[in-house]
Amino acid sequence: MAKQIPLTQLRRGQSGRVIQIMGGFGMTRRLSAIGIRPGKKVTKVSAMFMRGPVTVRIGGTEIAIGFGMASRIIVEVKE
Amino acid sequence: MRILLMGNPNVGKSVIFSRLTGVHVIASNYPGTTVEFTKGWTEYKGKRVEVIDVPGAYTLEPTSKAEEVAVEMLKEGDLVIDIVDATNLERNLNLALQLIERGVPTVIALNIWDETKHRGINIDVEKLEKLLGVPVVPTVGITGEGIKELFSRLEEAKRKKPIKRTEHRRWDNIGKITHEVQILTHRHHTLREVLEEASTRPLSGLPIAMLVLFLSFKIIRFIGEGLIGYLLEPFFTKLYLPLITKLSLFLGRGGFLHDILIGKLIEGGIDFVQSFGLLTTGLYVPLAMVLPYILSFYLVLGILEDTGYLPRLAILLDNLMHRLGLHGYAIIPNLLGLGCNVPGILSTRILESKRERFIASALISIGVPCAALQAMIFGLVGKHGGQYVSMVYGTLFLVWLLLGLILNRVLKGFSPPLLIEVPPYRLPPWRTTVKKLWMRILSFLREALPLVLLGVLVVNILYFLKVFDFLANLTAPLIHGILGLPKEAVVALVIGFLRKDVALGMLGPLNLTAQQLVVGSVVLAMSFPCIATFIVLLKELGLKDMLKATGIMIVSAFLVGGILNLIL
Repeated sequence: MAKQIPLTQLRRGQSGRVIQIMGGFGMTRRLSAIGIRPGKKVTKVSAMFMRGPVTVRIGGTEIAIGFGMASRIIVEVKE
Repeated sequence: MRILLMGNPNVGKSVIFSRLTGVHVIASNYPGTTVEFTKGWTEYKGKRVEVIDVPGAYTLEPTSKAEEVAVEMLKEGDLVIDIVDATNLERNLNLALQLIERGVPTVIALNIWDETKHRGINIDVEKLEKLLGVPVVPTVGITGEGIKELFSRLEEAKRKKPIKRTEHRRWDNIGKITHEVQILTHRHHTLREVLEEASTRPLSGLPIAMLVLFLSFKIIRFIGEGLIGYLLEPFFTKLYLPLITKLSLFLGRGGFLHDILIGKLIEGGIDFVQSFGLLTTGLYVPLAMVLPYILSFYLVLGILEDTGYLPRLAILLDNLMHRLGLHGYAIIPNLLGLGCNVPGILSTRILESKRERFIASALISIGVPCAALQAMIFGLVGKHGGQYVSMVYGTLFLVWLLLGLILNRVLKGFSPPLLIEVPPYRLPPWRTTVKKLWMRILSFLREALPLVLLGVLVVNILYFLKVFDFLANLTAPLIHGILGLPKEAVVALVIGFLRKDVALGMLGPLNLTAQQLVVGSVVLAMSFPCIATFIVLLKELGLKDMLKATGIMIVSAFLVGGILNLIL
């Protein structure tokens, strides 16, 4: 079963495919410029506690995303 | 002809630039090291051509001030060398394709080529070249591999007719290209990756951060004190003092010229801190008290920059920084400010909004003491005991925190979320790290030494003209009444506008108590920025915001100084 969850709810080490970015034009553009777009596979590396940034690995790079922004990135995971 | 070096942040543009032109620019391992463009010259087919190091950009549709600078520059170049991180092909191709679509004559340097092998990345360069329609040359900036070939192919870059493509189509195209030219082989976790992950996880990351900061501080103190105790102090007292004492005798131990060159004799002899002549204090303060700490601070900072640790610190501190109206990445300008406020404030360009840049610049110029001032705090306040040094640092840190909290409340708007690329850990390439240290030391000597000497000269002339007596009496209620300092301390505050280190040195002869020294150091650190900081604030913030920052500065300096005076 495939399930759609925000990036913040990925478990550490779990991978998912980005399917939607729920944000305005500016946010979508910033994210896509740095490599996060629908269709890309992301793996969660870590998350700071108290709604801190989420670090993901995408391709060969690590990217840190603020909690608010990360919660608006929807990924699909296989259960 | 004018060649632009462009590319995503942290792909090694500055390293290649230094190689091509011999002009040394600061290069580090984090996105956003270069926020201004630098020009240099190199030889191409026997002709002098201009090369410009452009700040990194992910896209030609700017999302930060550094990217705006990059897009502006594009109009003025004849040819672009697009530097692409070979370990990150897909994302880097976005900028490459945008350049090619615009018809800009482009040559691609496939940089960091050496890392592809051990990271299991295999790129078919010939095929990539065919698909893109522009020359592609693998390079290793740090060693210079491939740079010659890159240059030999510049003439193949031609201006083409621009084509229009939607962003969606472009990404499709990039996807296809990467799929065709790149093969990734799966590899096991390396020690580096384990370390990388450990330093961004809260439970392991926070202790690592504390250890890194603690060690940095210890090493800075160790090297700084070592240089002073074993090298500079002996040099000045054993070799230089007898010489200068002879000169003092020759000048008759007094008079106008003697006072300017040697200064006042303290208990019948020369005191390097208190005499205040050009050849005594004017040289001793910058060379024997400040320089050792400049060296040790920038050595440690350079290593932190080049390993790629700083962005990880930004992740750990993101929550805290949001409360100050910033996001985690703003810790980098603040850290740079601990060396000198000027580069600190310049690097606030890596932040996205004007509001953030204002808050960060205000915090740096008010709450972050530069290395020169810190060296003097260690030297002068430290004599009375470590607890007083801690008091100065503690107060400044509190001010930094409170000011951020308040500014975040008062200013309209909000802090944008953190979104940064975290570079891989790398061993500092020792040659660039040492070169960077050398550049920073040279620029300290070039910029600070003349100002220190000027400061000492001005002070002596003004003393001679008795201007300060007048000023001291005029401001006595403020200086003595509020801050509890002797009225003559106003002179130091005025000179602080030129150099903070000299200013703190001027508090020496006033025989202050330890408490008064704490108040004086804090007020000096917070009050008027030195002239260099002043200029960069004006340049970066504009007149209105600069005046606003200065206003906050004066009010908070006297407020905090007054409170300290009451409780100490």
